[in-house]
Amino acid sequence: MAHLAWLIVLLPLFSSACLAGFGKGLYRRFGKKGVDVLGVGSIGTSFLLATCLLAYVLSLDPDKRSIPSALWSWFPLEGKMLDISLLIDPLSAAMALMVAGVGFLIHVYSTGYMDKDPGYPRYFSYTNLFMFAMLTLVFADNLVLFFLGWEGVGLCSYLLIGFWFNDIEKARAGMKAFIVNRIGDLGFLLGLYLLFWLYASSTTMPFAMPELRADLSPLLGIGFFGQNWATWVTLCFFIGATGKSAQIPLYVWLPDAMAGPTPVSALIHAATMVTAGVYMIARLSFVFVHAPFTLGVVATIGATTALFAATIGLCQKDIKKVLAYSTVSQLGYMFLAMGVGAFVSGFFHLLTHAFFKACLFLGAGSVIHGMHGEQNMDLMGGLRKKMPVTCATFVLAALAISGFPFFSGFFSKDEILFASLSSPLGGPVLWAVGLFTALLTAFYMFRLVFLTFFGESRTPDAIKGHIHESPASMTVPLVVLSMLSVFGGVLNLPELFFLPGGLARFLRPVVAEFPGFSHALHESSYLEIPLMGVSSGVALLGIALAYVCYLRAPGLPYLFGYFLRPVYNLLWNKYYVDEIYEAAFIKPLLQTSRFSAKADLVVIDGAVNGSALLTRETSRIAGLYDLWLVDGLVNATAEGTLRLGRWLRSFQTGAIQNYLSYVVGGALLVFWLLWALVNRTV
Amino acid sequence: MLEQYLLVSVVLFVLGVFGTISRRNAVGMLIGIELVLNAASLSFVAFGRYILPFGDSPKEAGQVVSVFIIILAACEAVVALTIVYALYRLYRTIDVDKVHMLRQ
Repeated sequence: MAHLAWLIVLLPLFSSACLAGFGKGLYRRFGKKGVDVLGVGSIGTSFLLATCLLAYVLSLDPDKRSIPSALWSWFPLEGKMLDISLLIDPLSAAMALMVAGVGFLIHVYSTGYMDKDPGYPRYFSYTNLFMFAMLTLVFADNLVLFFLGWEGVGLCSYLLIGFWFNDIEKARAGMKAFIVNRIGDLGFLLGLYLLFWLYASSTTMPFAMPELRADLSPLLGIGFFGQNWATWVTLCFFIGATGKSAQIPLYVWLPDAMAGPTPVSALIHAATMVTAGVYMIARLSFVFVHAPFTLGVVATIGATTALFAATIGLCQKDIKKVLAYSTVSQLGYMFLAMGVGAFVSGFFHLLTHAFFKACLFLGAGSVIHGMHGEQNMDLMGGLRKKMPVTCATFVLAALAISGFPFFSGFFSKDEILFASLSSPLGGPVLWAVGLFTALLTAFYMFRLVFLTFFGESRTPDAIKGHIHESPASMTVPLVVLSMLSVFGGVLNLPELFFLPGGLARFLRPVVAEFPGFSHALHESSYLEIPLMGVSSGVALLGIALAYVCYLRAPGLPYLFGYFLRPVYNLLWNKYYVDEIYEAAFIKPLLQTSRFSAKADLVVIDGAVNGSALLTRETSRIAGLYDLWLVDGLVNATAEGTLRLGRWLRSFQTGAIQNYLSYVVGGALLVFWLLWALVNRTV
Repeated sequence: MLEQYLLVSVVLFVLGVFGTISRRNAVGMLIGIELVLNAASLSFVAFGRYILPFGDSPKEAGQVVSVFIIILAACEAVVALTIVYALYRLYRTIDVDKVHMLRQ
């Protein structure tokens, strides 16, 4: 089975290339069906293969589940060979199954959502390319191949955000995402360079992860400021993760990325690509455990982002914007888990989040589809009756993300909170921030639910009559995803239910453990049940608050908004972060480039033009010299010859007697000269 | 006595040349040329009579050359008259001033 893993990765690439090449023809010849067979079929096959792969990995002995599968040699680096090779282990198999599975569902959904879009084949070509890049990233055995996938998903994200590139705002959002991601990628690249430099004198190929794991000694040396090199390398990688996974300070692109088609937001900007940073930390956990400083930074940034984004999400009016900030916030949660050393819990939350956030985004897409493109929640309400399936699935997913007891999000979030309190790297502050974020999450999610699906309809009559439930191609994936969001928790039930912590045990051989982590957790296991109670209480409180504010007493939010106007304004304007970035980075940058453009124009162009002028004048003088002196001499010779010839021609009368006279005259002249000569000498 | 012969020869020569140059008529020019040839012939005979034998050349050398000149003159006359005839056929005139096609 392992030797077929490359098919999982390459099938989407194949179909993407086919669709890019013949997609239009296929669409014209066979209509949607032709494109679906390739675009959705390839992902479906990948999904089936990924399922088989996971089953195969499960069937192996727990300590033999890491199977490197080298495909071919890529290029030599300083005498060390870099291979294109896939690493099949529990982590990559689980992640690949999630990516391919959610990806497949979203592709199916897209056939309904993108119906009648003129860019239909192009859309599937992009999404398939994205699946290829994402699966490359997941399966990559070395960091260079990983980076290739990392860049590839960024590219596809750019292409898909700007999918409707006729709208300049959307094209600009794509550009913003790409540029912000590039800033993070610079950090990732620096990490790669640093790693390569550290291993320059060793025979280990530092980019190949199994080799790196076997020889960590160069990383443990002391680097700058008394921190070991592992800290610096991981910090660089984490900068990359803040870009890709939308953490402070580089999260700004994700809310704008909602300009893309909604299934894209679900696929790329909720379930898969944005979790690449979390996956990277899980993948490299064996390095991160040697860098407690970095882990502290990760946890702090994660917790801050979680809270920060959740507060912004409180008062957004665009249904997708709320979900976008919620994604940023949940990603912060995952980083919080990673930062406190709870790698498995973070990965678990990654999986459950993929289920419920994909479901939420697709539900929002279904709403937007039904509302004919309207995204403003002020114009919704009461959709429950018109879109029952969408509403039911949406509510289930919202319960899951809020941490309602025994839904998937409850388990994953609870593990994170428990770890952030009791881990040696955690503490009450991180826990409190996480708990407060959970409250905010439950509140804004149910604000969204109540504003959209319950209460009185606020829809203008023009649209009202046309609202309809989405077709089966869209509702079926919604139902599947909502079931996953409800029951996804069984993947990793806490051990205190006397059930196997499946995921934790499965991942144990791959994911490293921070020293003393499980001991500390074990010590404080008495806290687990009370904490569960607290977090369920918080979730219920959030839901109840939303219920009161938006269904029972709809005037209440306005009252808050009135009395807390500055706070409301701050949140509504997203803490003015975009404006601050605009003023602090973009404006100076543009001014610098404008200045250098001017410098270019005046100094460089001036020098170039000056030298051109000089050359021109010199050549003009040389030309004049040529014209008058050289040409003059030549012409004078010619003219002289011509005149001489004309003069001489006058002797050529053609009359024979003239010639004879010249002969006689000449002879007489010669005789006379001879005679004169003879007389003189004698 | 040689001087008198030579004087006659010079007079003949100058007359011949003058005639050749001055006459516009082609036949007249030929006559002038005949005179020049005869002047030369006369001076050969005169030299042969008064100067030879000179070195190992025979005494009759002057007469022999003059006989050659006579033959040459005959040949020349034949060729030249033929040309004149041809000229006449072409131009309907034997005035050499009107025949200047070579100039072009």
